[in-house]
Amino acid sequence: MLSMLPQVLIDGLTLGFMYAVVALGYTMVYGILEFINFAHGEIFMVGAFVGTEVLLITDSLGALEGMNPFVAFLITLIISMAITGLLGITIERVAYRPLRNAPRLVPLISAIGVSFLLQDLVRFTEAIARNAFILNGPQLFTGKFDLGFAQIPSKSIVIIVIAIAMMVGLSLFISKSKWGIAMRAVSQDQSTASLMTINVDKVIMLTFLIGSSLGGATGVLFAQNYGSIDPFIGFILGMKAFTAAVLGGIGNIKGAMFGGVVIGLVESLAGAYMGQLTNGAFGAEYKDVIAFSILILVLLFKPEGLFGEAVKEKV
Amino acid sequence: MALLELQNVHTYYGGIHALKGLSIKVEPGEIVTLIGSNGAGKSTTLKTICGQARAREGKVLFNGKEITQLKTHEIAASGIAHVPEGRRIFPKLTVKENLEMGAFGVKDKKVIDEGFELAFHYFPRLKERINQKGGTMSGGEQQMLAIARGLMMRPKILMLDEPSMGLAPILVEQIFHIITEMNQEGMTILLVEQNANQALSVANRGYVIQTGEIILQEEAKALLSNPQVREAYLA
Repeated sequence: MLSMLPQVLIDGLTLGFMYAVVALGYTMVYGILEFINFAHGEIFMVGAFVGTEVLLITDSLGALEGMNPFVAFLITLIISMAITGLLGITIERVAYRPLRNAPRLVPLISAIGVSFLLQDLVRFTEAIARNAFILNGPQLFTGKFDLGFAQIPSKSIVIIVIAIAMMVGLSLFISKSKWGIAMRAVSQDQSTASLMTINVDKVIMLTFLIGSSLGGATGVLFAQNYGSIDPFIGFILGMKAFTAAVLGGIGNIKGAMFGGVVIGLVESLAGAYMGQLTNGAFGAEYKDVIAFSILILVLLFKPEGLFGEAVKEKV
Repeated sequence: MALLELQNVHTYYGGIHALKGLSIKVEPGEIVTLIGSNGAGKSTTLKTICGQARAREGKVLFNGKEITQLKTHEIAASGIAHVPEGRRIFPKLTVKENLEMGAFGVKDKKVIDEGFELAFHYFPRLKERINQKGGTMSGGEQQMLAIARGLMMRPKILMLDEPSMGLAPILVEQIFHIITEMNQEGMTILLVEQNANQALSVANRGYVIQTGEIILQEEAKALLSNPQVREAYLA
């Protein structure tokens, strides 16, 4: 039973870091607008499709074969991030900004609408272009590192390294750069931030640009990890990343990273061992239940999350 | 030409006709104070100037240009620093980050450094607290930070909304002393205060506002000895 453990942990970390980066997109937008962007999971999905299409098209042109896989991967990431970043900005401009002063439920419903729209647009486009909406993209990293007691797939290492690099980059940006500090200022007090000559709309755009491009990049990572993607992968992954954000304390950047890794590990451990521990009563198919049970427990007992601050009700 | 001028401004705030044809002027180098009781429209006047409330009628002119319809961040960038009521510092940013946000629109690194020097010149206490989170400081220190943050913008006019509110008398003295000092060193100031006595004793001119209208405007000294003002606001 324990001989599986290293493999289970690697899988959990790979998954967890992907959740963490997607969770950042939820938490950043929430931090500034106090609004859950339920279309964020779909942005991740679009990123996966853009990345896979880039690789498929490059491959069909015969250009992929001779290319260094890292170069191909980086180009794919950059294209996917650029497109999903622009997509995020467009969604904000068209579907959320006009509703900024509306009751809170309204933009939320708009987000759900955007979510369906993106799913169907991708399904429709792929159905026309390829006559199928489940895509199997080229796998760039197929090697394995043999550690003796375990084999680590090289794609896991690439995914974890890229995810960590993105999180470190984002943390540095938010803590040190002028626009990063402005993002924090806007999240604390929008009207005062505008008195400091900060263009609040621009900061919100920047938040969507960064959050969405990170989500899109994670889509590319996901496609490399699983090989096969469909237009509905954004929903369940988005929900789990959202759970991760809530677990860490929504609005809190470090919390989202931590929450993502925890959810990934718990899910992977549950998938591997739950069947054995419960004598087969609950098998691996129940692993999603674990993640969402965590969501319910956090909301019941520590709604501010592990890193969040309890919000005092304003009188 | 007046640096800042409001001409016949009408502002509605939360369904209330808060400013009813208000006209005021601030000349370069002056301290002008706006006094009046709670709810008279003092804060609304400042909010109308900086674009947080919109004038439905009338004009706001700054440096001869109309700014009535500009966005708040554009008005700020044109050279108006508004230190809002209740200080409104960024509680989770450090003192240094708060000040950096004051200088957000300043591109020249040298001008930013000069801003820091200026801020520490008036408020040396802030230098000791440079890495402390704004929200963990005392009320007086937060007020200092709010004013210093306004100075970081290197504005042409500083608008202060109730800088003495909630402060101990000794701190109030200190803040008003610094207001005078900043003015002597060239800063134009528009000061809104409930503490009319203190405000009139540092100001050049004063306006008395009542239910959205200016009912008196005079040299500050004259207002201080005006029996009507003494009875209503200085008692």
